[in-house]
Amino acid sequence: MGDLQLPPIDYGALAPMLILFGVACVGVLLEVIIPRRHRNVVQLSLALLGVVAALTVLVINRNTRVVTIGGAIAFDGPTVFLQGAILVLGAVSLFLIGERQVEAGGAFVAQAAVVVGSDSDNRQTAGRPGLTEVYPLTTFALGGMLMFVAANDLLTMFVALEVFSLPLYLMCALARRRRLLSQEAALKYFLLGSYASAFFLFGVALLYGFSGGVQLSVVHDAVANPQKSQLLLYGGLGLVAIGLLFKSALAPFHVWTPDVYQGAPTPITAFMAACTKVAAFGALLRVLYVAFEGVRWDFQPVLGTVAVLTMFIGAILAVTQTDMKRLLAYSSIANAGYLMVGVLALNPDGLSSTMFYLVAYGFSVLAAFAIVSLVRDSDGEATHLSRWAGIGKKSPLLAGLFTLILLAFAGIPLTSGFTAKFAVFGAAIDGGQTWLVIFGVITSMLIAFPYLRVVVLMWLSEPGESTPAVSIPGFLTSAALGLGVIVTVALGVVPAPLIDLTREASQFVR
Amino acid sequence: MKDFPFLSVLTLLPLVGAIAVACIPRAKAELAKLVALIWSLVVLVLSIVMWVTYTVNSTDRFQFHESYSWIPSWNANFTFAADGIALVMLMLIAVLFPVVILASWHDVDQSRRSAPTYFALLLAFEFTMIGVFAAADVFLFYVFFEIMLIPMYFIIGSFGSGQKQYAAVKFFLYSLVGGLFMLAAVIGLWVVGGHTFDFAALVEAGKSIDQNTARWLFLGFFIAFAIKAPFFPFHTWLPDSGGAAPAGAAALLVGVMDKVGTFGIIRYCLPLFPEASRWFAPAALVLAVIGIIYAALLAVGQNDLKRLVSYTSIAHFGFIGIGIFAFTTQGGTGSVLYMVNHGLATGLLFIVVGMFVARRGSALVSDFGGAGKLVPVLAGVFFFAGLASLALPGTAPFVSEFLVLLGTFSTHQPYAVIATAGIILAAAYVLWMIQRTTQGTLNPALDEVPAMKQDLSLREKFVVAPLILLLLVLGFYPKPVTDVINPAVQATLQDVGTQDPAPTVADGKAGR
Repeated sequence: MGDLQLPPIDYGALAPMLILFGVACVGVLLEVIIPRRHRNVVQLSLALLGVVAALTVLVINRNTRVVTIGGAIAFDGPTVFLQGAILVLGAVSLFLIGERQVEAGGAFVAQAAVVVGSDSDNRQTAGRPGLTEVYPLTTFALGGMLMFVAANDLLTMFVALEVFSLPLYLMCALARRRRLLSQEAALKYFLLGSYASAFFLFGVALLYGFSGGVQLSVVHDAVANPQKSQLLLYGGLGLVAIGLLFKSALAPFHVWTPDVYQGAPTPITAFMAACTKVAAFGALLRVLYVAFEGVRWDFQPVLGTVAVLTMFIGAILAVTQTDMKRLLAYSSIANAGYLMVGVLALNPDGLSSTMFYLVAYGFSVLAAFAIVSLVRDSDGEATHLSRWAGIGKKSPLLAGLFTLILLAFAGIPLTSGFTAKFAVFGAAIDGGQTWLVIFGVITSMLIAFPYLRVVVLMWLSEPGESTPAVSIPGFLTSAALGLGVIVTVALGVVPAPLIDLTREASQFVR
Repeated sequence: MKDFPFLSVLTLLPLVGAIAVACIPRAKAELAKLVALIWSLVVLVLSIVMWVTYTVNSTDRFQFHESYSWIPSWNANFTFAADGIALVMLMLIAVLFPVVILASWHDVDQSRRSAPTYFALLLAFEFTMIGVFAAADVFLFYVFFEIMLIPMYFIIGSFGSGQKQYAAVKFFLYSLVGGLFMLAAVIGLWVVGGHTFDFAALVEAGKSIDQNTARWLFLGFFIAFAIKAPFFPFHTWLPDSGGAAPAGAAALLVGVMDKVGTFGIIRYCLPLFPEASRWFAPAALVLAVIGIIYAALLAVGQNDLKRLVSYTSIAHFGFIGIGIFAFTTQGGTGSVLYMVNHGLATGLLFIVVGMFVARRGSALVSDFGGAGKLVPVLAGVFFFAGLASLALPGTAPFVSEFLVLLGTFSTHQPYAVIATAGIILAAAYVLWMIQRTTQGTLNPALDEVPAMKQDLSLREKFVVAPLILLLLVLGFYPKPVTDVINPAVQATLQDVGTQDPAPTVADGKAGR
């Protein structure tokens, strides 16, 4: 037996992840050390500091192109871009999570395990400071997401999937109001998520059987020159895809989305809609573009059908929703369908336009949920659509911003939504997928209706007795909302810098 | 003088104005109105300077050419340029907006909404309108084409009357559906046209597009424009929107915004997809002729004045349609001239109807009757506007309608004959409308409305005078306008690859 050779490790490429995991561990320790009344400030600062540090290291190493730590992590253009996107969107999400001024004690429970409806549960609803474990959980999730988009072998990808999923399951259960809904959402998300992970793992096993390795490049070579039964390949691809489609909320694996989006605390919903989407599509892009390029003609029609189904389900069911968070959930499903159109272009433009879409959508959706968290009455957020009637007269600025975000979702020019949609549709037509674009256009018409209905409700309806007053946002929510709106407009008016950035970043290493 | 960036300044000026007016507090409504009026007059002055600077019969098809980089990786630029067709449309916009702003002076006084918002929306609308006609980059055109929905949506929805919410949503959805069809076609054109949005480059590239693809792309553009214009059977949103919008905004809606549809067909459908245009021409002609007769018949039966005028415009758009697809210089010139004249005549008609409605508090024909005895001057203006609208010789629309029918007759005789029947119907709906509202015995209910006894105020005279003057001048001497339009139409028809039939009738009419 020869000497054990350690694989070379490029610590610069790993640094952003290591920083976040380290910060998360420190955060757990601080929970014990710091007295309760200082915890929130310290933990929030620590988490933000960790994200900023990770981003700084990432920017310093942006020109590194390397496959490191024994082929487990690939650090290439898409990795840098997607990690950067996750970190920036994560920082903005942390603003929302850290908000304590809109609701006494914040959006999170003080004690998660208390029986719903008991005396102590009622007491914690009344405004005890919320728990602060949410910050280490967020940091862990962010670290896992960074790892997910950089994973160069399927096992690392699985580990990353679990690392960022488990904190999310927990965070869903932490809503201060409507505890039952929140716990149900978490349970649903956990159960379905575990199934998805299991499918993913089983798919990895089949692919290992097919190619004799778990690295994406090994799978790629085996696809080009198959030695084993194709059944293993297609079985493996299908099962791995199920795991990824679940995380990306693509039909028919989308059913958890509305319930979880509705039940989770709104800052967590925003976090999931923005960051999880980037991570999930990042991994999907890498798997499809790096490992399975050789069978693109086989999976393209299947995943194309998935995309069409997703767009239709998202658009049609959004029409019937009466709850704002569920409406936004179905809108995010439809958007996942448009993202899939970009993914399936399967050319460099497809890659860059999908990445552009992820950033554009991430910022808009963060702003949207920031607004949802502000429209509230004494029972918490007023998410029923009827409560939004006439809000344009009571708080014109907020309604104006929300209108802008909705127009962006509808894809009206001079907003990021239009530029993003144009980019993915253009890439898809270039890639010979005109049929996907036609369905994309048809569903865009359908989903314009629910958005427009909200605009009508806000501006053209009379305010009713039950129209709640809009809370004055604290600094953190204002910052998140402002950033989301500014980016939404900026990417509509001057999208060139980000487009160029995504183009430069659209080259995977294998 | 030519080097001055006319078009970009002209486009941005109203936007700046809109922001400025929106910032005025709602208590200072009068100030907001004044600023909006002065701002629109500045735009008018600038466009008059531009008109004077324009060189007729220049070899340069697109003048005032400006281009600024926007999204280099997509080859999308802020390219502005105007040919004769765009120029006359820009002039029409510049003339109509101050008039409408002056006409809307008291429209929002009763509304709970703030007046600065209304006038800011009007200026924002002017910004999108100028942009859409001045753009010479398909991407930029599409951007303006879509965002022009937003100000009008809020004008109808917030400041309209009757079923305003229903009308606003219907307006938005119809236009958005058309816009999305066009989006697919724009992307498709970008891909097959060599990844460029430049109009001139696309015209070149268009010649080599595969025939089948070109027809699909043509259809994408055409549906969007046919909804906007509106052509039968995509017209049903217009009576609702025109009926619900405030009178001034309705004048802009049919006077300017709908022209984007016919302008788009001339500017984009024909030169970019010449073969497809010829292939689709029979279908387009049939739709246009149906539109003329069908809308005219519906107009005869309307009891709501604003809806009635909306239906008359659908009929007029049928005329513009046959002129375009007749593929003759006279027909094309007539159509473009019709777009201008219809803007003036129907704009005036809507404004006058708005004055009646504001006095009576109702838009129903049956609520009027013998109004001419109470407000003779207003009734006189109404009569003139109606005659102009039915294209009486001596008024501007006559020249254009005559040219359209002449041009169509030389290539598509049957269509011209049927369309002529529309003229008779036009006389029927206009004269009957005027008879039922202003002539005959005085409706006693009218006598009890004090506002009905006030004839035109000085402000209102200033509103109608320029339009009446223009309609008369262009009716007797259309040459300055046709001279500008004619070369542009000829260039367009050259792109389509059609030739005028050999024995051209009455060539002098086109004013060459």
